[in-house]
Amino acid sequence: MLADKDRIFTNLYGRHSPGLEAARKRGAWNGTADMLRMGPDWIIQQVKDSGLRGRGGAGFPTGLKWSFMPKQVGERPHYLVVNADESEPGTCKDRDILRHDPHLLIEGCLVASFAMKAQTCYVYIRGEFVDERIALQKAIDEAYAAGLVGRNACGSGFDFDIYVHHGAGAYICGEETALLESLEGKKGQPRLKPPFPAGAGLYGCPTTVNNVESIAVAPTILRRGARWFTSFGRANNSGTKIFCISGHVSRPCNVEEAMSIPLKELINEHCGGVRGGWDNLKAVIPGGSSVPLLPAETCETVLMDFDALKEARSGLGTAAVIVMDKSTDVVRAIARISYFYKHESCGQCTPCREGTGWMWRVLERMAVGQSTSAEIDKLLDVASQVEGHTICALGDAAAWPVQGLIRHFRSEIEERINRYRSDRPHVAVAAE
Amino acid sequence: MAARRPAKNQPAQFAWTAENLAWCEAEMKKYPAGRQASCVIPFLWRGQKQEGWISIPMMEAIARQLSMPYIRVYEVATFYSMFNLAPVGEYFVQVCGTTPCMLRGSRELNQVCERVIGEENHVSADGKFSWLEVECLGACVNAPMVQISTKADDHFYEDLTPESLEAMLARLKRGEKPKTGTQNPRRRTSDPEGEPRTLTDPALYDGSRAAPVTLPNSAPKAPAK
Repeated sequence: MLADKDRIFTNLYGRHSPGLEAARKRGAWNGTADMLRMGPDWIIQQVKDSGLRGRGGAGFPTGLKWSFMPKQVGERPHYLVVNADESEPGTCKDRDILRHDPHLLIEGCLVASFAMKAQTCYVYIRGEFVDERIALQKAIDEAYAAGLVGRNACGSGFDFDIYVHHGAGAYICGEETALLESLEGKKGQPRLKPPFPAGAGLYGCPTTVNNVESIAVAPTILRRGARWFTSFGRANNSGTKIFCISGHVSRPCNVEEAMSIPLKELINEHCGGVRGGWDNLKAVIPGGSSVPLLPAETCETVLMDFDALKEARSGLGTAAVIVMDKSTDVVRAIARISYFYKHESCGQCTPCREGTGWMWRVLERMAVGQSTSAEIDKLLDVASQVEGHTICALGDAAAWPVQGLIRHFRSEIEERINRYRSDRPHVAVAAE
Repeated sequence: MAARRPAKNQPAQFAWTAENLAWCEAEMKKYPAGRQASCVIPFLWRGQKQEGWISIPMMEAIARQLSMPYIRVYEVATFYSMFNLAPVGEYFVQVCGTTPCMLRGSRELNQVCERVIGEENHVSADGKFSWLEVECLGACVNAPMVQISTKADDHFYEDLTPESLEAMLARLKRGEKPKTGTQNPRRRTSDPEGEPRTLTDPALYDGSRAAPVTLPNSAPKAPAK
């Protein structure tokens, strides 16, 4: 188990005050002025050396992303936008940072903005997180009053403003360009890329969009060193990570652990095991609703990191582990995920707008068995037509859970179809 | 994509309270000159807090305020699911129904709402309640859960059972304020139930971490010989 002394989020559960004084006592804002004194190139190099990969789902190297910003500020100002639109089903880690450790985030915003020469930072929080928004604003007010942000932030000579912005209940705004559209006051519909945000992002200006956790871990990495961070996890998967374990475990929770921890250890050590014992496990969605599920056999040995889960034909995503025991109707569980994507599709691309609804309707029928074996192949075919044929990754995210279901539980769907048909002389399957 | 249309019965006009008008002016200062359209979501949200829902006169007023075409405000109001385009109950109960909550019994919570409040998305006869199944609210390790919105606040109530939700609705009806957050007495927030197993090292909290640090890798490199 990761030692307490190596945990970055030492107030993950809110057992202590989120306020500035207590946060400082826990080590936040310690040495920040020195970090700024070392200069932007040093900061970016440290983050690159740490191997930090984006914590919002895609796992893109954070330091590299920062280095894409123009080196000098031209006519257009630079922006840092923090993606706190946490909405991926299963994921509730950024919420804990916002409400319990907001000063680590604010400090990270300053350091990252300084490294990218952005004098303004917007934190875009999902609309439903009202109490979290209030908590973050309170912490920002404290940071301004203490001179940590604002004019001459931390005595560095760098003027820096940080603002809280919020959405109003659209999952799609977690996609970075949809988030920028929303921040500009429009519908949250993803933009075609290129141009990428580092070239033309918010208000057409160079912009970097980072997940809350990616930004909030940066100051601790600088304080303790890239080598400290890379001492956790396998090569190319370094660091610690907040895992959210929900569903059928004895004690669901969020917990910060080392990357590459075996899934079985994560569940047994921190969550009291699978409800009814490990043998009662049916499947696990290891990285938020977008990634394909893993059958119980794979869960036995798989490691929780980007590369291991990719090899297992799934993904680390946001590290939101959704556990399903044998009582689960897995077809219904995935059908509910399909409904989610149907509900959240922005409607811009036809494959997603039409495909998400179609997949959901078919899965609802399959859940009762009112389907045919041939339709399973049709469903796979439609999923592959959606995957990779849309502007943003929501189409992929809608297709992958369906593909995962069929890959691992095809026989269960077929059994259900056979059972349904065996009771009836003729089954009409409505054309959709 | 849910079809979202404004209510049939619309008020004649909309006006901000003095307090909210001042709030609007402060909010606009967060964004660069000429980019005031960025305020449209915060303004609509504030308007919803003032009136309980978003009317067409409100959208028109916000469009004028932000120098936006009315249709752009309408477009935003109908796109985002948190905007209520028709009145809701004094207590607006949103039951998270997405898979992590479903696995832990959200459908039973729906049944409680149906029985106690009535049909989904209909305001109860006394005007006190309405309810809706919504998509993932982001408290999955405390499933199942609901968010209850009033004009004053929007709190999460987590780790619910059908019984605890029913008791909570009864308390709200009596005008009481139930505890927010987890309803499991053996949890605090997103921590595992029972005795803490992590973050117990007192050295994390005794102030030793605030002692001055020398940043690793910050020393200038020694010149090569």
